[in-house]
Amino acid sequence: MTLALPRSDPDQSPLCIRGLTVSYGEQPVVFSVDMTVQDGAMTAIIGPNGAGKSTLLKAALNIVRPLSGRITVYGQPLAEQAQRIAYVPQRASVDWDFPTEVLDVVLMGLYRDLGLLGRVRGHHIRHAKDCLDRVGMEDFAARQIGQLSGGQQQRVFLARALAQRADLYLLDEPFAGVDAATERAIIDVLKSLRAEGKTVVAVHHDLSTVRAYFDNVFLINRRKMGEGPISTAFTPETVQATYGGRLADGQITQLTQDA
Amino acid sequence: MGAEFVMLSLAPLLIGIFAAVACALPGNFLLLRRQSLIGDAISHVVLPGIIVAFLLTGRIAAWPMMLGAAGAALVAVVLIETIRRLGRVDSGAAMGVIFTAMFAAGVLLLEQSDTASVHLDVEHALYGNLESLIWLDGMGWASLLDPVALRGLPPELPRMALTLGVVALCTWIFWRPLKMATFDEGFARTMGIPVQLLSLGLVITAAIAAVAAFDAVGSIIVIAMFICPPATARMMTNRLAAQIWWSVAFAVLSAILGYVLAGYGPLWFGGSNAVSAAGMIATVSGLMLSAAALIGPHRKG
Repeated sequence: MTLALPRSDPDQSPLCIRGLTVSYGEQPVVFSVDMTVQDGAMTAIIGPNGAGKSTLLKAALNIVRPLSGRITVYGQPLAEQAQRIAYVPQRASVDWDFPTEVLDVVLMGLYRDLGLLGRVRGHHIRHAKDCLDRVGMEDFAARQIGQLSGGQQQRVFLARALAQRADLYLLDEPFAGVDAATERAIIDVLKSLRAEGKTVVAVHHDLSTVRAYFDNVFLINRRKMGEGPISTAFTPETVQATYGGRLADGQITQLTQDA
Repeated sequence: MGAEFVMLSLAPLLIGIFAAVACALPGNFLLLRRQSLIGDAISHVVLPGIIVAFLLTGRIAAWPMMLGAAGAALVAVVLIETIRRLGRVDSGAAMGVIFTAMFAAGVLLLEQSDTASVHLDVEHALYGNLESLIWLDGMGWASLLDPVALRGLPPELPRMALTLGVVALCTWIFWRPLKMATFDEGFARTMGIPVQLLSLGLVITAAIAAVAAFDAVGSIIVIAMFICPPATARMMTNRLAAQIWWSVAFAVLSAILGYVLAGYGPLWFGGSNAVSAAGMIATVSGLMLSAAALIGPHRKG
């Protein structure tokens, strides 16, 4: 089965990062990070606030420009494989008062098919509605996005990513501030993607659910602090090392207890 | 009535409508991107451009001044985008810095050069001179079919019509990426949309509309039309396409109502003189915004 594949074959990896450094000024936010994502698995990126988790994803997608580093997607340069990646940004990164409807947001995931002036046809709409169905939002297609709850917003974003029919899914904090039902719905969809042989990478903040949701972890605190299957890489020692130092004592105790 | 209308009111009315719509279209996206102030910014930064154009050509003429204004607007737009991206500051702050600095530079230039002696009419720049754009050759509706009479149309009319055409075409072609990049820039980038270029293109389009409209109708209308019709339209609907159409309707309505009220309003109330059409058009658009803020179906909170 897929989990038994050799983990670090960069030519096969859906996302392979080498020597990535990103800086927003003087201080590097991500420093000299290597990452090799395993094909067909679910990987959690974990680390304390400000450790560069989101920045790592954004740099991998060339949303922020890295100072240095090489990124390959399925063994090819990012630019040639960009259509195989679906990105789910942080829910809070957009203005939900934007005048548009749920179905319209999902259709944005079809931009590569539609292009500048391509007409939205029946099969596009059916596909978008299927994606909404998968996240349990089929009844909300005509709803204005400003009327959605946080969890519903997150599901719409996931549906938009599904519409892209990608092979690699990169999610930034998909479980942040969502209700339990949404968390359940999202993890079910992500696991169904894995069952289809897709690869999922998610920035994750809840250490207590890492074991239940993911196959692999990638620990980061500006530098890479660990990488591998949960059983070997997600230990009290590695978590302690990742969260230690930069946080107050109370927070360290709390976080390691959660682990 | 027909002949008098064609000669005195047709051209100003059309120019007013074209200018209002050309500014309102990009205004919709600027509003959603919280960059509405760009109209205000451009109206200030064109001053140094106009003066430089005068210094280079030594005369007050429409084309050099428009080119100077457009050049200054482009420089300002690029500087604003650069400061916003590199300095990571709010776009309002970036605009504030650039438009005050460039306006101040314009004032210094004006003071240090001979231009101070030339009468650069502030009133003209601010309020425009819509009422003066009359069509002396327009002897009636039949003149619309007369090539000789058409040649006598004020040059602002074809200029503004062309500008509106370009703005509308750009809005139509780049509709989908503009919407996506305005809603979710990071995602749009992962879909291969050149968001920075698009954002630059939007403000450049806005600058072109603004400069063409300044020349024809003055800066008051430009500033008002960038903000009021889109903001009013936003409170009428929750769909972007509908918002655009509402904003066009409000822009057209402001131009017509404003022009008519300025010409005839004071007479109805016993006054003897007409008031500035540009001022009245801007006022009407502001009143529409207030009405929508009170009773619009989709206003916030």
